[in-house]
Amino acid sequence: MRASPVRVLIAKPGLDGHDQGAKIVVRALMDAGFEVIYTGLRQTPEMVVQIAGDEDVDVIGLSSMAGSHLEFCRRLKELLEQNSLTDKLWIIGGNIPADHNSELAAIGLDGVFPVGSQLVDIINFINEKLK
Amino acid sequence: MNRQTESEDGRVVNESGIEIKTVYAAEDVESSGGLDMLGNPGEYPFTRGIHPEMYRKRPWTMRQYTGFSNPQETNKRFKYLIANGQTGLNVAFDLPSQIGIDSDDPLAFGEVGRVGMAVDSLRDFEIAFDGIELDKITVSLTVNGSAAIVIAMYLAMAKKRGYDIKTLRGTAQNDILKEFIGRGTWVFPVEPSIKLVADTIEYCAYHAPKYSPVSVCGYHIRESGANPVQEMAYAFCIAKAYIDVALARGLDIDEFASRLSFNFNIFGNIFEQVAKFRAGRALWAKIVQEDYGAKNPRSMGLRMIAGGGGSGLTKEQPELNIVRGAYYALISALSGAQTMALCCYDEAYTIPTEYAQRISLRTMQLLIEEMGLCDTVDPLAGSYYVETLTNQMREEMEKIMAEVDAQGGIVQSISQGAVQAQVSAQAYERQMKIEAGEVRKVGVNCHQIDEEDKDVAFHPYSEVDAKEQAERLNQLRDRRNTDAVQQSLNKIVDDAKVGQNIMPAIMDAVQAYATIGEITQKLAGVYGRYKEPIRF
Repeated sequence: MRASPVRVLIAKPGLDGHDQGAKIVVRALMDAGFEVIYTGLRQTPEMVVQIAGDEDVDVIGLSSMAGSHLEFCRRLKELLEQNSLTDKLWIIGGNIPADHNSELAAIGLDGVFPVGSQLVDIINFINEKLK
Repeated sequence: MNRQTESEDGRVVNESGIEIKTVYAAEDVESSGGLDMLGNPGEYPFTRGIHPEMYRKRPWTMRQYTGFSNPQETNKRFKYLIANGQTGLNVAFDLPSQIGIDSDDPLAFGEVGRVGMAVDSLRDFEIAFDGIELDKITVSLTVNGSAAIVIAMYLAMAKKRGYDIKTLRGTAQNDILKEFIGRGTWVFPVEPSIKLVADTIEYCAYHAPKYSPVSVCGYHIRESGANPVQEMAYAFCIAKAYIDVALARGLDIDEFASRLSFNFNIFGNIFEQVAKFRAGRALWAKIVQEDYGAKNPRSMGLRMIAGGGGSGLTKEQPELNIVRGAYYALISALSGAQTMALCCYDEAYTIPTEYAQRISLRTMQLLIEEMGLCDTVDPLAGSYYVETLTNQMREEMEKIMAEVDAQGGIVQSISQGAVQAQVSAQAYERQMKIEAGEVRKVGVNCHQIDEEDKDVAFHPYSEVDAKEQAERLNQLRDRRNTDAVQQSLNKIVDDAKVGQNIMPAIMDAVQAYATIGEITQKLAGVYGRYKEPIRF
């Protein structure tokens, strides 16, 4: 069992402004006892890597509703590698079509939570992976 | 029994928090305030509708939200919809255009033409509206952060085509305050953002008096977690904030109030939505008359687009969204909306196909042609239930507006992130109730089926189109008169610094083919950029 609470970064990648889902996830994770850092909108891959490193998070969570997640994740992967941050649990949620799952897995995503996922599934997944 | 609203103790309470009785009678109407605020259609306080004959004279405008890829592709879809009987256009812009960056900006990578049409300069407007008669089809521009520039491009394009902008009709969303609550396409800090809205209202009042420069959106506040009475109350608070700055410019309320319009959401309980709109019309009329002293009844009439229903749709059993959309359209018609747009059945995932958009359009046409929705005005009037609920919801809206004022007003509340925190907390509660099965969603937590992982296809994103858009932009930069562009951009900086109405300078700049990114950058140099308050 971990002694310190799990630290989760929830980021809104790209220009997408639909943050209702991200904010719901933030609240659910806080209620589940995680320490959550929410970036707000308009994050570049560079910004996400910077915060993930500075805040020493355990989990990087992206919330994407507007369709540019593959481009973003490819670039983020390069930066995570350059900054030796590939050990973080990396998850994404939002409007993610099922046929992107294999490519996202190949990029290095550990979990995908498309629209319709239950909050408890996200919480359990993180707990399971980080126990 | 309406399962959606049944609470634990057996009481039935609607989403706005009003308890619903098993049976309503005349005394319920009386005890809720009677029929004093009912009036006649087309007369103050407009509960029954803003025109005496409503759809008998002209059915609602059908205006599906449309735009993707580049102006050429979007122009084709516009023409397809018009050929299928659509009576207005509602333009979707891509995110770079909505936040004022050009298609070749590194920040636009992967986003050009993705969720809407890419626009960089006046040239793109010329292409997008080629062959479309702007005096016959009214155009609504769904844009906020960069609205002043996009309105200028539209007006400049119409001028160039020979239309007199004194008589040109059309609408821009241009409601930046709600963007800070939901949707998120803000650019500048709160104060200069409101100043820009005032600039557009003032400019249009003098130069394009038939144009509607602002459409205040309860819609997205509802999408972000507000309940139906909050949706209306917050929208009215925001509309009042715009009116206040316009009045401070020396405009008379009757010079511009009739050109303000609204955009509201429809999903959930049918009667609650209908009562919401009837109540909202009366409250708005009262505000404009009593608080602002308007004399012209046209200033007091709440004109609205109502429909959408994005948050009501589900990814599960997507064909059910067609049925939901039909009910939303019915509600909109029963509520006396001026304009209707429906989210398409595949819109929970992607940009709608032609097929999906045609179904939405036909849904509205069915109501007009087959269902008798245009025969008589305000058909639910006189229902004990609807009249009681209308009174109760009007009272709730007034209460919420008074609370916002007591807490320092809507502008302060948004600047500090208080409204945002409030609605996102409600969205979380609602999600928890959906997951617990307390709020029922068909296909999500009841009446589910084993669905194969049939993914509705994502609208294909074209890297090629995005690249071409950036190339066209570069060609434009080579061809245009650089000195004229530079001068017009300098003028924007000068006018912004002294706080002058920026619209004339923006009009000159777009006519010199300055780009949306260039103009936004100059403005941001003076105004700064918004920093989002993070508050839970």
